[in-house]
Amino acid sequence: MAVTGISDQEQISGEIASIQAEYEAGLANGAAVNNRTVLDYPPYRSSLLRHPTKDLHHSDPETIELASPAFGHRDVDGVESDLTIQHSGEPLGERIVVTGRVLDGDGRPVRNQLVEVWQANAGGRYIHKRDQHPAPIDPNFTGTGRTITDDDGNYRFVTIKPGAYPWRNHTNAWRPAHIHFSMFGNAFTQRIITQMYFPGDPLFPLDPIYNSIVDPAARARLVANYDHSLTSPEWSLGYRWDIVLTGQQSTWFESEGVDA
Amino acid sequence: MSEKPLPTPGQTVGPFFGFALPYEGGPELVPPHHPRAVLLTGTVYDGAGEPIPDAVVELWQPDENGDIPSTRGSLHRDGHSFTGFGRSATNLDGVFQFWTLEPGALPDSSSVPFFSVLVFARGLTDKLHSRIYLPEPADALVADPLLSSLPAGRRTTLIACREPDGSLRHDFHLQGEDETVFLDFG
Repeated sequence: MAVTGISDQEQISGEIASIQAEYEAGLANGAAVNNRTVLDYPPYRSSLLRHPTKDLHHSDPETIELASPAFGHRDVDGVESDLTIQHSGEPLGERIVVTGRVLDGDGRPVRNQLVEVWQANAGGRYIHKRDQHPAPIDPNFTGTGRTITDDDGNYRFVTIKPGAYPWRNHTNAWRPAHIHFSMFGNAFTQRIITQMYFPGDPLFPLDPIYNSIVDPAARARLVANYDHSLTSPEWSLGYRWDIVLTGQQSTWFESEGVDA
Repeated sequence: MSEKPLPTPGQTVGPFFGFALPYEGGPELVPPHHPRAVLLTGTVYDGAGEPIPDAVVELWQPDENGDIPSTRGSLHRDGHSFTGFGRSATNLDGVFQFWTLEPGALPDSSSVPFFSVLVFARGLTDKLHSRIYLPEPADALVADPLLSSLPAGRRTTLIACREPDGSLRHDFHLQGEDETVFLDFG
C-alpha cells in the first residue's frame, strides 16, 4: 500500500477498521481465529519496511530450540523487581503492584525463568535518550525491572502506573499506557516480548500497535485486570496479568511435578 | 486443566528498549580472548536496504560438543561458564556482534550445527525466529533437514560466511531480494 506524507488519526483509524472488517468477514466465512500478531500491519508505519514479505517457513524445532536458557537468582537480585526503590526518593505517580503467573500452553507453570520489564514514567516519558518529548524526567524513576518466576510461575513487580506517550506514527498519535514485558518460556520457541495494558484505556481503538493483533479476544489478553485484593491500604493499587507462552517444547516429565 | 489456555500475543519491542534489554557482557558468551572465541557479526537491514539501528538479536546455542547448556548466569557472566545465551542490540550502523564458541552437532539429530536466533526491532510487530548455520563442511549442509527443504536461492540466507580472519559474518534482511528465511515452529 502506498503511504505518502503524515497521516492523521482519521486515516489511521480507517485503516485499522478496514483490516478489522476484513478479518471479521473471514471469520464469518469460516476462517480460523488468528491468535497471533500480524507482521504486515500498514497502520503501524514503521512496519512497512520491517515485516517479512514471504511466509514464515514451517519447521520442526531441534532439541536446542525445545530448551531454554537457564536463569536464576544468580542473574537477578531480589530488589530488581521493585522499580520504586532504585533512587533516593519516591517516584511520582500511582504506586501499583503488577503480578501474575507465566504458564505454558498446557497450563503448567513456567518456573525459574527470567521476566524483564521496562516502561515510561508517570508523565509518559522514557528515560531513553531518544525520547525527547517535553514531559518531565523523574529523577526517582528509571523504569526497568527484572525478576525470576517462582515454583508456581508467579512474578511480581512494584512500580508506578506509566503515562500515555506521544509518538510520530501519525499526527497526534498517543500510545495507551503500557509496560513492556520480555519473557523466556520452557523452550526458546516460547520466547516472547510483548506489552501489558491497563483496563479501560480510551486510546485502545486508536492505537495501531495494540490493534496489530486483529483478533479482539487475543488483544484483550494483553490487558491486565484491576484486582482490589492486591491493593494495600494507603500504599498501592494492584493489577493481575497472566501470560501464556505457547510453542512446542520438550516432553514434560512427571518428576518435574504437575499441578493437581 | 481440561481446557488449554490461549496464547498471549507478542508486541513490538518498540524504540526505547535500549535502557532495559542490553546488559554488560550480553554479547560475550565467551571472553574475546578465549582461545576458541569466534566473532559472529552482521547487519540487520530493512526492505529499503537501510541498516536498522534499533534491533535486538538473541543467540541460543549448544556448546562445542553439541550439549545444551543448563548453566545459569547469562546476565552476570563469571568468565568461564558457557551459558549458551547472548543478546546484542544493533548499533547506529545496524550491526550486532557476539563473541562465542562454534556450536557442535546436536546428538541424535540429522541437523548440521547452527545457532538458534531471534530478531526483535522497532517496527517489527513480533519476534522472528531464524537459524545461523556454520558454513563448513559445505557438502554436509545439503543434508540438513531444514536447509534441504528450502529453494537453493533462499537456503544461503541461513548460512554464515567465513571471513578470511576466521570470523563469521551473517546479515539479516527483513525484506527484499535477500529476505532471510524466518521460521514458524507451529
